[in-house]
Amino acid sequence: MSQAVSAVSATSGIELRDLGQSYILRDAGKKSEFVALAHFNLQIKAGEFVAIVGPSGCGKSTLLDIVSGLAKPKQGEILIDGRTVSGPDLDRGFIMQGYALFPWRTVRKNVEYGLEVKGVPKRERPEICRHFIHMVGLSGFENRYPNQLSGGMRQRVAIARALAFDPKILLMDEPFAAVDAQTRETLQDELMQIWAKTGKTVLFVTHSIDEAVLLADRVVVMGTRPGRVYQTLAIDLPRPRTAAGMRVSAEFGWITRKVWELLQEGQGYMTPETTPKTSVSDVAEQISAQVSL
Amino acid sequence: MFKKLALRSGRAVYKIAAIILFLVLWEIAARFHLLVSATFLPPFSKVITVLYHMALSGELWRHASISLQRSLIGFTCGMLFAVPLGLAIGWFQKLGNFLSPLLQVFRNMPTLALLPVFVMFFGIGELSKVMVIFWGVLWAVLLNTIAGVQDVDPQLIKAARSMGTSSLRLFATVVLPASLPFIFTGMRISATTSILILIAAEMVGASRGLGYALYFYQGNMKIPEMYGYIIVMAILGVVLNYVLEALERRNFRWRDAGGIASE
Ligand SMILES: Nc1ncnc2c1ncn2[C@@H]1O[C@H](COP(=O)(O)OP(=O)(O)OP(=O)(O)O)[C@@H](O)[C@H]1O
Ligand SMILES: [Mg+2]
Repeated sequence: MSQAVSAVSATSGIELRDLGQSYILRDAGKKSEFVALAHFNLQIKAGEFVAIVGPSGCGKSTLLDIVSGLAKPKQGEILIDGRTVSGPDLDRGFIMQGYALFPWRTVRKNVEYGLEVKGVPKRERPEICRHFIHMVGLSGFENRYPNQLSGGMRQRVAIARALAFDPKILLMDEPFAAVDAQTRETLQDELMQIWAKTGKTVLFVTHSIDEAVLLADRVVVMGTRPGRVYQTLAIDLPRPRTAAGMRVSAEFGWITRKVWELLQEGQGYMTPETTPKTSVSDVAEQISAQVSL
Repeated sequence: MFKKLALRSGRAVYKIAAIILFLVLWEIAARFHLLVSATFLPPFSKVITVLYHMALSGELWRHASISLQRSLIGFTCGMLFAVPLGLAIGWFQKLGNFLSPLLQVFRNMPTLALLPVFVMFFGIGELSKVMVIFWGVLWAVLLNTIAGVQDVDPQLIKAARSMGTSSLRLFATVVLPASLPFIFTGMRISATTSILILIAAEMVGASRGLGYALYFYQGNMKIPEMYGYIIVMAILGVVLNYVLEALERRNFRWRDAGGIASE
């Protein structure tokens, strides 16, 4: 086995320091600034699996875009292994919302893309590709084009493509949102196995509380307006976990319930504790801000 | 096996049934003087016979070869100019914004109206004919190429960029392959256009070529010969389109949904 496909590779810790991002909105000639992310602080240990949950539009994709290096933050910085990130690089693999496979490339050629960028010699590529295509269970489909695959299979290709160039960090943006429930469970189990095998640091964004609790060592609950860390919660459920096993676990149920409550609070919905803090005018302000968008 | 063959040939007949019907009606109408006098509408069989003799004598090839040569040169030059320009305009937004009003003006000038201008600039020889074809084929390819580049899925660009891909590699491995189907469609449209323009161009100041022959026979009231050339041109257009379509299907298999069976 060559070095590039060794079982456990080096991993990296991530530090997000006071990240802030805003978008300029142009509405009928008027410019306004929309703050999507503010004072976002998070430390992720090497090899840790961190899931981020938050309501739609709270800034999860914005955050991943920054961590991937595709977008420059307005404020703050990202450190990977203590070094400031200045742009995208092969130390991070980004699996985006939607599969973003190259439709003119076969499965094998898609997986090979990062290796080409990395400059891996041509004769070493086939073995690496075969290894990762096998890892995601797509052996035998190497020569198919993406449009000849099901949604779940495409998602697997996207994962294999991100794994193949051996990044230390995987950034995943709602990767399983578009597949059916059964396929999702399979993919979740497979992802946990791959993570256990490769030991990569994972930053996983999802809408689904169940998914976050199932997969992660730690769940970050985001608050809205502006997007920020509302609270983080360590998940102490024993590993290995499986989607099916968690369904019948009482502890799992309890934790998801807790995350759900945190999510409600983070959005500023009225719960007994927050009622005194939120006055009617605050709510009106929030609503009008929403309407003007 | 036999059944399959019969089915397939049955389907082929059905595909061209309308054409055959049209030719039969033509034949009948001409023979019984149903529409116009026999002078203006000779029977199809007569046209074919004349065409056959022109092909044997080498006259047909003499005209066709020069026409093909003109369109090929004009077409190739048009492609060599339009594809890189379209890629640049599509890719560099500022350049696109700057040039697009001018392109809109040029594009909306009818090519044939410019023919006298080309004759003035380049004389009545080969150059003006090649130039008018060049001009005529330019637009479909240029606009399709621009559209192709601008239509590239931003997610794909993001995916490639996230791996730290250089701009040059991004262009070669994402933008270009994503635009190729558009470019090819532009080429297919242009190829047919080039024949149409050529014929018109050859009616002015040419001494050889399909368009010239058509014009010549019409002027000398040799009507069957004239129809013969019209048929040749129609066949040329159909064949060209068919070949290009087949190439398109072959090269862009990744575009059509499914198609595992089409291997
Ligand atoms: N290019 C942009 N211009 C203006 N506003 C934007 C832009 N991109 C995102 N936003 C706004 O920033 C906020 C955060 O967007 P983002 O895509 O990060 O949300 P998200 O948490 O990923 O949502 P989802 O769960 O629906 O994917 C949203 O309110 C969105 O309207
Ligand atoms: Mg998102």
